[in-house]
Amino acid sequence: MAEAIWMTILHFILPLVVVAGIFTALMMYVAPREVRTIFKREIRSFFTSPIAYVCVVIFLLISNGISFWFGGVLERGEADLMLSYFQYLPWYFIILAPIVGMRLWSEEQRLGTMELILTMPIAPWQAILGKYLAASVVLFTMLALSFPIVLTMNYLGDPDNGVILSGFVASYLVSLTFLAITSVFSAITRSQIVSVLISVVLCLFFWLIGLEPVISTAVNLGGSIIGELTESISMLSHFNELAKGILGTRDLIYFFTFIAFCLFSTSVVLKLKRS
Amino acid sequence: MIEVRNLSKHFGPKVAVNNVSFTVKKGEVLGFLGPNGAGKSTTMRMITGFLPATQGDVSIDGSDIVDDELGAKAKIGYLPESAPLYTDMTVETFLRFAAEMRQIPTAELKNAVEKALETCFLQPVRHQSIDTLSKGYRHRTCLAQAIIHDPEVLILDEPTDGLDPNQKHEVRSLIKRMGQEKAIIFSTHILEEVEASCTRAIIIDQGKVVADGTPEELKAKSERAGSLVVKAKGLAASGIRQELEKLSESRKVETLESGDDWVRVRILPNKGKAKSLPEAVFKLAVEKNLVLEELAQEEGRLDDVFRQITQSDTTLAAA
Ligand SMILES: Nc1ncnc2c1ncn2[C@@H]1O[C@H](COP(=O)(O)OP(=O)(O)OP(=O)(O)O)[C@@H](O)[C@H]1O
Ligand SMILES: [Mg+2]
Repeated sequence: MAEAIWMTILHFILPLVVVAGIFTALMMYVAPREVRTIFKREIRSFFTSPIAYVCVVIFLLISNGISFWFGGVLERGEADLMLSYFQYLPWYFIILAPIVGMRLWSEEQRLGTMELILTMPIAPWQAILGKYLAASVVLFTMLALSFPIVLTMNYLGDPDNGVILSGFVASYLVSLTFLAITSVFSAITRSQIVSVLISVVLCLFFWLIGLEPVISTAVNLGGSIIGELTESISMLSHFNELAKGILGTRDLIYFFTFIAFCLFSTSVVLKLKRS
Repeated sequence: MIEVRNLSKHFGPKVAVNNVSFTVKKGEVLGFLGPNGAGKSTTMRMITGFLPATQGDVSIDGSDIVDDELGAKAKIGYLPESAPLYTDMTVETFLRFAAEMRQIPTAELKNAVEKALETCFLQPVRHQSIDTLSKGYRHRTCLAQAIIHDPEVLILDEPTDGLDPNQKHEVRSLIKRMGQEKAIIFSTHILEEVEASCTRAIIIDQGKVVADGTPEELKAKSERAGSLVVKAKGLAASGIRQELEKLSESRKVETLESGDDWVRVRILPNKGKAKSLPEAVFKLAVEKNLVLEELAQEEGRLDDVFRQITQSDTTLAAA
């Protein structure tokens, strides 16, 4: 047990604390004050509303429940099943990321406070980024709180902790991308329900087109080029590469471009909505 | 300080604001009047840079709201019509947030928040969550947010909406006081407010400016401006009326009340004769041996002017 705890701290908690520390330092000393102000307000409002807690609890229930189910399998030494645990993580985020992100701009429109912050001396991208970063901290908290799974895995078997960590990193990148998609659709409508529904459908779309049957259908219909194109815009293939523990530049670029594009689209939507 | 040139806003085929131009200098308080849907809020939203204008431009103390967006916005304090607020914050944390957004240095944050709380009489609710505040307190919280950075330009959309009479009075005198060293535009449906705190007023109707002047100038446009209410005794009512109608200064005499040997009338003067009308009436009374029990000249009322100007327009449009 002691060894499992030690391994969890060393290979999971410590890296997360380092990441959180770097993020905090960047936020305090590098980020413009406007971004920091929006970020702080948003974080406070996330953790004073029940949504963040409900999401964290639901996530932990589902993922831990599954971890115990797999726990029995791990005991028998089939360590590659650990990989399939991470295969399921992104599926939860297809729903949870839109729920966390739905309020970002919908709420702002419903309350009318958009008229306040957009007439203050702050550039729209700063508000968009501040809000996005706050929501991404909520998702980070969710993943960080799944350390019991890492503990269980280390207790029951002798897993490759590097692969576990990269599984979490890949899942986090996918959830961040879903969050960015949600940011766009929360800017489109003042109704949180509508923004969740549209976002879930789109996240599902970008996730599903990476599945084997979809790609082979695409190949059948449009030839290998279309197939490759489908594969390269789907998140699944990039997720799989990263989850294996290979930090491929191509995959990282894919996620960051996707996120940047969505945040940019958010600013375009906000601008169009006003004119 | 505030310069608005040929500002227009179209929503699809609908023209909400049509070629509006005006300037407001430092030390001026401009009252913005007009019927519902006239385009007051839309104009203010364009001035504050929330809505892009279809045509025309706005500059705030030399900074164009499009070309130097952030520079212009930094000089404005804005109270939107619905007084929107983040309902999950307390009054104090909200004002702190507003102060930070307004680039107030960290060392001065506390002072700025205290001052805004004090100016808007918010101390009793400072730790209360905004979603439990009454409407008037919400309005005042949003007003506090608008003045927290002591801006040179204030745009207030119906600042006294939902306030009790005491608070209305406080806000009016606040506006008047701040108006001495700022440029202020505020919209209202309460015409006494214009007289109480404005140095100038604009009436806008169907997106167009239909009147622009000091409250006195506007009142002078009223039909009744300069009219004289007279109660005279000594002759039969019809006799007194006839004498008054004969005066070269009077255009029309309306009977308000009458008795056997007295009458109370309103005399509408001929153009340019308002000043000499009282003297003429007085001389007539001496001549005919009448007793004047009342002699009062009316200033003209803003709501008459308001109705005259904005109603004639709607009837024209309907015809
Ligand atoms: N986003 C919008 N889309 C379409 N039409 C709009 C929009 N905003 C305002 N309008 C229209 O523009 C016109 C002017 O509205 P505005 O809110 O400026 O009026 P107002 O003078 O402020 O009226 P009130 O005294 O009721 O506040 C109205 O006819 C309104 O319906
Ligand atoms: Mg209005």
